Amino acid sequence: MNKTEGKSLKEFINDFIDSFGWPRLIIALFLIMLFIIAPLGGISITQSISDVLQRFGMNSIMVLAMVPMIHSGCGLNFGLPVGIIAGLLGGTISMQLGFTGGLSFVMAVLIATFFGIIFGWAYGVLLNKVKGGEMMIATYVGYAIVSFMCMMWLLLPYNNPQMVWGYKGTGLRTTISTEGYYLHILSDFLQIKIGNLVIPTGSLLFFAFFAFLMWAFLHTKKGTAMTAVGSNPIFARASGINVNSIRTLSVIMSTVLGAIGILAYQQAFGFIQLYMGPFYMALPAVSAILIGGASVNKATISNVIIGTLLYQGIVTMTPSVMNSLVHTDMSEVIRIIVSNGMILYALTRKTEGAK
Amino acid sequence: MNKAPMLLQARGIKKDFFGNVVLKDINFTLEKGQIMGLVGENGAGKSTLMKILFGMKDITETGGYQGDIILDGEKVHFETPFDALAAGIGMVHQEFSLLPDFSSTENIQLNRESVNYNVTSEIFGERLNTLNKKEMRKKAVEAINKLGVDLSPEMVVSEMPVGHKQFTEISRELSREKMKLLILDEPTAVLTEKEAETLLKTMRKLADSGISIIFITHRLGEIMEVCDKILVMRDGCIISELEKDKTNVREITKAMVGREVKGISENKRENSDAPEIMNISHLWVNMPGEIVRDVNLSVKKGEILGIGGLAGQGKLGIPNGIMGLYQAGGKVIFDGKEIQLNDAKLCLKEGLAFVSEDRRGVGLLLDESLEWNVSFTAMQAQDKYLKKYFNGLIKWRDQKAIEEVTQKYIDELQIKCTSSKQKAKELSGGNQQKICLAKAFALEPRLLMVSEPTRGIDVGAKALVLEALKKYNQEAGTTIIMVSSELEELRTTCDRIAIITDGKVAGILPAHTSSEEFGYLMVGAKDMVKEGEK
Amino acid sequence: MKKTNIKSFVLDNLVPIIFIVIGIFGIMFSGFSATAIANEMMTRLARNSFLVISLLIPIMAGMGLNFGMTLGAMAGQIGLIFITEWGIVGIPGMILAAIISTPISIFLGYICGKILNMAKGREMVTSYIIGFFINGVYQLIVLFLMGVIIPIKSDILLPRGYGIRNTVNLIGIRKCLDNLIPLKIAGVSIPLATFLVIALLCLFIIWFRKTKLGQDMRAVSQDMEVARDSGIKVEETRILSIIISTVLAGYGMIIYLQNMGTLNTYNSHNQIGMFSAAALLVGGASVSKANIRNVFLGVILFHLMFYVSPYAGKNLIGEAQLGEYFRVFVSYGVITLSLVLYELKKKRDKLERGKKLALMQEEDK
Repeated sequence: MNKTEGKSLKEFINDFIDSFGWPRLIIALFLIMLFIIAPLGGISITQSISDVLQRFGMNSIMVLAMVPMIHSGCGLNFGLPVGIIAGLLGGTISMQLGFTGGLSFVMAVLIATFFGIIFGWAYGVLLNKVKGGEMMIATYVGYAIVSFMCMMWLLLPYNNPQMVWGYKGTGLRTTISTEGYYLHILSDFLQIKIGNLVIPTGSLLFFAFFAFLMWAFLHTKKGTAMTAVGSNPIFARASGINVNSIRTLSVIMSTVLGAIGILAYQQAFGFIQLYMGPFYMALPAVSAILIGGASVNKATISNVIIGTLLYQGIVTMTPSVMNSLVHTDMSEVIRIIVSNGMILYALTRKTEGAK
Repeated sequence: MNKAPMLLQARGIKKDFFGNVVLKDINFTLEKGQIMGLVGENGAGKSTLMKILFGMKDITETGGYQGDIILDGEKVHFETPFDALAAGIGMVHQEFSLLPDFSSTENIQLNRESVNYNVTSEIFGERLNTLNKKEMRKKAVEAINKLGVDLSPEMVVSEMPVGHKQFTEISRELSREKMKLLILDEPTAVLTEKEAETLLKTMRKLADSGISIIFITHRLGEIMEVCDKILVMRDGCIISELEKDKTNVREITKAMVGREVKGISENKRENSDAPEIMNISHLWVNMPGEIVRDVNLSVKKGEILGIGGLAGQGKLGIPNGIMGLYQAGGKVIFDGKEIQLNDAKLCLKEGLAFVSEDRRGVGLLLDESLEWNVSFTAMQAQDKYLKKYFNGLIKWRDQKAIEEVTQKYIDELQIKCTSSKQKAKELSGGNQQKICLAKAFALEPRLLMVSEPTRGIDVGAKALVLEALKKYNQEAGTTIIMVSSELEELRTTCDRIAIITDGKVAGILPAHTSSEEFGYLMVGAKDMVKEGEK
Repeated sequence: MKKTNIKSFVLDNLVPIIFIVIGIFGIMFSGFSATAIANEMMTRLARNSFLVISLLIPIMAGMGLNFGMTLGAMAGQIGLIFITEWGIVGIPGMILAAIISTPISIFLGYICGKILNMAKGREMVTSYIIGFFINGVYQLIVLFLMGVIIPIKSDILLPRGYGIRNTVNLIGIRKCLDNLIPLKIAGVSIPLATFLVIALLCLFIIWFRKTKLGQDMRAVSQDMEVARDSGIKVEETRILSIIISTVLAGYGMIIYLQNMGTLNTYNSHNQIGMFSAAALLVGGASVSKANIRNVFLGVILFHLMFYVSPYAGKNLIGEAQLGEYFRVFVSYGVITLSLVLYELKKKRDKLERGKKLALMQEEDK
């Protein structure tokens, strides 16, 4: 106790900044500033908060998908599209099989998990062969599978009229509405409305469920091993851990979460985006977790929550505030600079301890 | 002594690393064209002395040194290796510093290439001059001829036999214009017998041409063959300066290791009737730099067996190979059961534990708490500190048990830390080592292997660590295999000591045998060991 | 012995061989005449080679594929925007654009090199993200600052008064280099002047390899520590390699766009890095080794596939779209494959060393 009292205010602030990290602090201050000036432009705060919560529900599971691979030392999962593809397969197959309503979502999750496990396993085996070069290869594996599936969306024998091109009768559409299937299935569940403020309880609970599972997993024997593999793989090996199989497990988990994450995204968004849609989806998730304070080899659930809130906060707030104040939409540019700047910052930071 | 002009004189060289004194008052002289052998055990201070001579940054960054170095009658003080090179000192390190895809010419001329002038360099700087390959080759051939070996100037390094790599390195030093003093750090360690012979011959030739050489080696035979005088170092001092003609291997060995240590315990248990707990036969281990070729050892139950030997001879490879950290082969029987090699998990399950010499690389999770470091291995290998739910389907980390065990070892081993939550990287070397021990103790092994347990930690911590090992051996009855470069440490702690030379067991002697006898085994002068001791 | 030779030849040249096969099938099913294909290949060779060559120098310095070459492409585009604004046409316009792009490229290349020095060991992914990051800055400048801070008056400005339009017509310099020296052989028009420029660049590369700086780069690529111990300024050398690459990419982009004739202000540069890298790899280069032969072979094979696959897809399955997706897939696939092979090879070299040692010891016994 004496120690903390002895600290001057300045030291205290320095410590706080050190632990919180400069970039995160700047982004948080920027976001607060946006919220402060928003009313000047006639933007309703409650509306903005609803938007942020909505987007949080949509994106948070995909950000959560970063955690296992960071823990096992595979780095940032730029190959998130692998999981997204599994999710797209789950969603489209569930619709094709004629499930509707809530059941269609459950089936979509099950099928997506199935594909997620298979894809994740293959992807994990590949990443084990290229230790040290995971991130670059993950990026291109993601791109390759997305472009490969572009062909498949054309060729696979889907025939549900809501999904295929009307004039041809074959080949999936670029965007498919989830209406009548799992549209808003989570976000409308137990939804709370207080005036303007809408809280998508179902989406948040859905995320909370997976976040809890992840937290619990990291407290088990296997989860402990995963963290150790990421922290020091040689130590783990000397402790009798099969490093490769733990890494593969982490990749499978990331992939399955990516698959379920995209389904949560679609139910709120209302559409399934196929073809080149998943192409750049990894980058927002990667930068969100980094904004949340994660590094290339350390990440926690709170990094996920804070990061997604900050990232989505900026994405929702900047366009409206900018538009109302200066009548220009610089938000996209700001988003590009902030998110990629954040990734660059993480990549160039000396990784803590052993690689 | 004053036949030839003096080239180098060291006067009162002292060096400490943050209070830890490694060199105390070093004085010596070296004449032009003289070959001086430098011998001493690991840690005697040889390499620190050479680093000072060569202006390495580990010296300048740690506060420099005291004393004077006089080269060619002038006092010099090198801040960087480049200063040393400019003054005419060349050094060939133990590890090759060669570029694999370059030819010997390109390596010899590295960053000193001859160039042709062209216009662009006027504007964009000298680096845009083109290389003059002919001139480069000529200079390289000159250097190779100076060395007098058969080395093709076009051969690419990655395709060379080891000997040629060594020659390329030496040629590179020789190709410098004012080369006066050449430092060779264990140049023959990697060579075949024949290559080593050639190298010794060329060293003589170089010396005759006026270049002085400082020759560091463990092979005393070579020293006797080629050196004019011999400097023996021990504990940061020069123990003796011997003239080659007036000495012999026995005298040098004695000087190297012959310190009488108090406390070589009398209570050594020469319990030859104890049953065998581990039998190692024909073990080979592919650990770079510490290759084990063919080791046969029998470990008795309840003893502390020391494994000693000079660096690079393979002693470290033995525990690393058994524990599956490096590719290994051969047969290891533990308690009547053959151990599957190359599988750490099975070894741990059988009741073996290992404290690695590479504390930061292998031994610790630097970024995690002490709790994790202590409990992790036991948790993973033996399912300790876990709460099991649903019939063991879910194995939950038992935070309370982990805290308890960590606290227990913090108290027992007197580990200095703020709490058991502190990160391992924040501890001092000695305390980190104790954490490594705690990790191994937590496994409650039947046989514990510790590798260089006192490397890089201060004297006080050393004693504590060794004491902890002895105590553990006595109280828990655990058999311990202790690998160390420090013979005295082995002699005070162990019951028997095996010396590893050239990847094989050179001999096993009781700990109270005199250091000299061990010394003979280390330098490969096996025949000098008194008969009957073995 | 011979068998293993064939096997290792196939393994070492796996990517080009796959592409030759794809190319042959593509030509068969596309239904193009030889002249049409030859014409198209000439155009594409002239258009892309310069850009691909700009990748060679960072590979020489051991920094892998420089995905940051998009930085140079952006610099080149800024040059082109200015000459269009000032109405300078023809060869003088191109030269002026190149002159404008040079300091921008040097500046961006310097920053990129600095950052890459902080991310040793993961240069490629970092340079890739730098590309995205600078793209944001580029958009900020071109979309918001041009017309406000940077005076632009002509109709390339958006109607709102600031920012450059999505497409800028480069009619002033369109094909001015390609058609400078008209040449037609057997119905195939050959952009001779462009090829001459490319030939000059090749000579530059060959000469550069022989300079002291080139030698230093090769040294740095093999072992940074050894190079540093010998007194080579490692960091500086690496930065220089990126600067040279960026500047060349800027020129390459100008040549590329004079052939296209229109500038997609916010898109043209995005795919350039990927296409150039893919072409180089298709030519048999690896992440650590590439030469001029790889460039030309790669451009021809890659663009042959790229050109014929939509038509082949249409004729084969009646779906041109499929061929288009196919070529995108192949582009990404080939980069993935090359990266994987590169990492595998690194690992295999290490394993082989271990195996040799084990064998030696077995023999000892």
